[in-house]
Amino acid sequence: MTEETVELKLPSRIESINEAAQATADAARRLGFSEDALFGIELAVREAVTNAVVHGNRSDESKPVEIGLAGTDASLAVTVRDQGEGFDPGHVADPTAEENILKASGRGILFMRTFMDEVSWERPAEGGTLVRMTKRK
Amino acid sequence: MSELNIRERQAGDVTILDLEGKITIGEGSVGLRNAIRRLMQEGKKKILLNLSGVGYVDSSGIGELVSSYTTIGREGGQLKLLNLTQKIRDLLTITKLLTVFDTYDDEADALNSFN
Repeated sequence: MTEETVELKLPSRIESINEAAQATADAARRLGFSEDALFGIELAVREAVTNAVVHGNRSDESKPVEIGLAGTDASLAVTVRDQGEGFDPGHVADPTAEENILKASGRGILFMRTFMDEVSWERPAEGGTLVRMTKRK
Repeated sequence: MSELNIRERQAGDVTILDLEGKITIGEGSVGLRNAIRRLMQEGKKKILLNLSGVGYVDSSGIGELVSSYTTIGREGGQLKLLNLTQKIRDLLTITKLLTVFDTYDDEADALNSFN
């Protein structure tokens, strides 16, 4: 049985998004996900880490973003955790609504939900936001 | 090598930008924004983005395409898209932007549509 565990602790800067995306794509490829699935998994992680870096930690490089990847033959589970003030996905506007369609931002969560099978947000007692995402084969 | 390489061509009064690389948060999105800003300053308001060489776009990149479209439209110009890859087409479909943009698979058709 193939198993894969990767843990990254990266500073809150734009380059970390590429690093996390690359590590995720490499892990998903080793686990045997299809190229189509790889695209979506990588994109979802890019968006989650972007949110953590830019919105959660407000690009404060002293605050790390922690990324966890846990893969098996059947699925890849991803966690992304920031040190921000917390985030309520219920308060995010629908980017496909007519009044939002031409806005420059607000589509990241839509991509996460589209390309992963499960996406959820938690606010751990010790602070920040923890995103959990799962992609099944 | 930068994330996004941009080559500029002129076909009559239409400026074609051949994009190659990634339009993602940071360098790629900023590169596209700067290129569009420069064309606007030069008075070039008919712009065709050739996306055939773009392998990856994230929500920031999609946002940059939307910003470019609205900025140019406000100035009385037009921005159109050429040669969408299947992935970019999928992302524009998911975001309901595919019908917002004028998209073409043939450069001559795209150029004719500006007149």
